[in-house]
Amino acid sequence: MTLNIGVLAIQGDVTENFLSVMASLNELGIDAAVSQVKTAEQISKLDGLIIPGGESTMIGQMSLVNGALKTIKEKIESGMPVFGICAGMILLSKNSKDRVVGDVEQPLLDLLDVKIERNSFGRQKDSFEAEISIEPIGISSFNGVFIRAPSVSEVGKDVQILAKFEEKIVSVKQGNIIATAFHPELTRDISLHKSFVQMVKDSKP
Amino acid sequence: MIPLSGDIPNSKGEIKEANEMTSISRGTSTLKRGFAHMLKNGVVMDVTTVEQALIAEEAGAVSVMVLDKLPSDVRKAGGVARTASIRIIQEIMDNVTIPVMAKCRIGHVYEANVLAETNVDMIDESEVLTPADEYHHIWKWDYTTPFVNGARSLGEALRRVEEGAAMIRTKGEPGTGNVAEAITHIKKVNDELRAIKSIYDSGDKQDLVKMARELKVSYSLVEETAKIGRLPVVNFAAGGIATPADAAYLMSLGCDGIFVGSGIFKAEDAKERARAVVLATTFWEEPDKVKEAQKMIDERQSILGLDVKDLELKMQERGGSA
Repeated sequence: MTLNIGVLAIQGDVTENFLSVMASLNELGIDAAVSQVKTAEQISKLDGLIIPGGESTMIGQMSLVNGALKTIKEKIESGMPVFGICAGMILLSKNSKDRVVGDVEQPLLDLLDVKIERNSFGRQKDSFEAEISIEPIGISSFNGVFIRAPSVSEVGKDVQILAKFEEKIVSVKQGNIIATAFHPELTRDISLHKSFVQMVKDSKP
Repeated sequence: MIPLSGDIPNSKGEIKEANEMTSISRGTSTLKRGFAHMLKNGVVMDVTTVEQALIAEEAGAVSVMVLDKLPSDVRKAGGVARTASIRIIQEIMDNVTIPVMAKCRIGHVYEANVLAETNVDMIDESEVLTPADEYHHIWKWDYTTPFVNGARSLGEALRRVEEGAAMIRTKGEPGTGNVAEAITHIKKVNDELRAIKSIYDSGDKQDLVKMARELKVSYSLVEETAKIGRLPVVNFAAGGIATPADAAYLMSLGCDGIFVGSGIFKAEDAKERARAVVLATTFWEEPDKVKEAQKMIDERQSILGLDVKDLELKMQERGGSA
């Protein structure tokens, strides 16, 4: 059976993730279908999902409206690998707080056992590119593109820290969940997407 | 993929910082254009107060644009329209988690400097305000903060990209509640893109050089654009959008997202309408969802609107020839 990988297409940089997955499949020689998904029905058929960068409040609210959020949660709980990027990482978390505004009401998937600090590095002018290391999954050097990025301020016991930048946690893994505060889809380096695609493939018997 | 590069080397807006541990870059094209990518498929709403900004955020806006007056009031008031009060911009930045944009006058370098210093997330060099320089737009490569500019045609759009704009929006006719001009502008840009793409595909370099001269931009930018068949930066619709159906239609024409100016907060049902426009923008491909969104608004409460033919002031013409 062919693998079915989806990119949540409610809002944000969907196309870039779609293309990064395509390129990854090509390089790994894995046969899989990639699609941009919005509805609960489309999501229910997936073997792996990417929640892309965008505005987490908006993506959460709109996927709540059409029932997609509930299906995403059920699928992840039943073992589907998921890759959350920036806004996606926030949505996966159990707890999120804005650095300036503080507590905010926003729908979260409540799965990734971390506390998130939104806009952790400041506003857009403070957005930056820097080389980081994601050693635990074998990526020694990666150009991290941080755009109004969040960071992880606390982790639960089952959460593995994958990368830090200047003492702030910027990438984590917990079972079938992988998340980054930076945007691999905005670089030409597809190593993180490849590692996610491999994770999806390995999750299937 | 929409190209994220396109830097001019050593531009002032690009900052490199290094210590013994790490080296980082700020204000690169990837970061500026990438910021615009995060807004795709979203709605940016014009606001004048914290209350409106909070309504916009709650409705699902991806960003708010702070003005002193909504475009339709700018039109009514006449006189010179300038950038918004810094105090209000700051207050809004302190209260919402979504990005905050603000407008500066076309060519007004120091209004832009003030906004950059205030730390807004994006600056709109906008024809809604009174132009400060009839001959020059701001050289946007000098800024670490990204810019968005309006355009009515491909030439105008590419000239702004060449000056460093990280995002483009159609001009439409602001403050009219009349979507006709925005539709005209996006269709014109699309037609022109198709034309240069077909020249590129035919391999006729001479014709492409001729196009570059007509569009008044560099050959390399025309070639890059022709090759991908779309603008090299994110492109939103703006100007006169008043209803969910307006927003959905513009999305169907290939816009990456929507700016709503007076359409929401000049309507009597702002809260419902804000939500409805977001829904229609998100689910524009699903006719039943757009209908549901349209059902949330009451046409009797829409901004009355103006016929573009009757206007004394056409904001869209500002800065157009430069």
